[in-house]
Amino acid sequence: MNFAILAFPASNCELDAYYAITDVFGEEAALVSYDSESLIDFDAVIVPGGFSYGDYLRSGAIARFAPIIPALREFADSGKPVIGICNGFQILTEAGLLPGTLQKNTVAQFVCRDQKLIVTNNQTPFSDLYDDQEVITLPIAHGDGNYYCDDKTLKSLKENNQIVFKYQNNPNGSLSDIAGITNQQGNVLGMMPHPERAVEKILGSDDGVKIFTAMINFVKEREVAFNE
Amino acid sequence: MTVVKVFVNYKESILNPEAQAIQQALGRLGYDNITQLKVGKSFELTFADGMTREAIEKEVNEISDRMLANYNMENYTYEISESEDLS
Repeated sequence: MNFAILAFPASNCELDAYYAITDVFGEEAALVSYDSESLIDFDAVIVPGGFSYGDYLRSGAIARFAPIIPALREFADSGKPVIGICNGFQILTEAGLLPGTLQKNTVAQFVCRDQKLIVTNNQTPFSDLYDDQEVITLPIAHGDGNYYCDDKTLKSLKENNQIVFKYQNNPNGSLSDIAGITNQQGNVLGMMPHPERAVEKILGSDDGVKIFTAMINFVKEREVAFNE
Repeated sequence: MTVVKVFVNYKESILNPEAQAIQQALGRLGYDNITQLKVGKSFELTFADGMTREAIEKEVNEISDRMLANYNMENYTYEISESEDLS
């Protein structure tokens, strides 16, 4: 299968994601520039981390108007999997593909460390290889990782089981300890932690492997269903 | 009570990549009548009752010079208004 990895000006995790998909998982991947207008050749999209457009105005606020975004919206609407990691999560919320927003950490610092997470929904195309309530460790590295939404949105996130990952020992003030959520359909995931940096034991952790393996399985099963 | 709004902006000679990035993004959205866009900061300071206008102005200037603005690259202006305490 073929992953599109979006690259905006000042994205900086796109090569990590590319390496993970091609070298570790042996799948095809291509960097897709922010000024492309099509994602037609792809089965899954990664919106990687970084500081797109310098984080100017707000994190993700300018990237959401990049030429690739209408294609991303169409891709997400078609039910194919999209994962936004860190700045990618911020872009997806600004673009309205995920509810809520990411605001500045309550601690006045950039938080960069390994972080324990609880898998709170293992029924998504990204998390179904984890056990329910499994505790995993992924790296985090962000200044604006403090998830916020209004009460009504939080209620619907809970009712629809859209909260996939929660922090243990909340590092940034995130509402309800939220580290990652999906859209209502469940095919768009945004998360602040970096699974693409945790795909090999020799580099510290491989707790992120199951997210990409789950995405790959999801796409392959979808193809089989489509061909039947 | 007295409310002072302080506006801090970059001097004309200072490059502001943030403003440029926002202006270019607006251009891509078709808003191309904008010839210049500036990004600054605004602060709202509420002063305790009983201070003279002179004392407030002196303090606002001092605060702006010492902390809110960097005189190398920024200018500031302020507006003073009296408002009813509704609390």
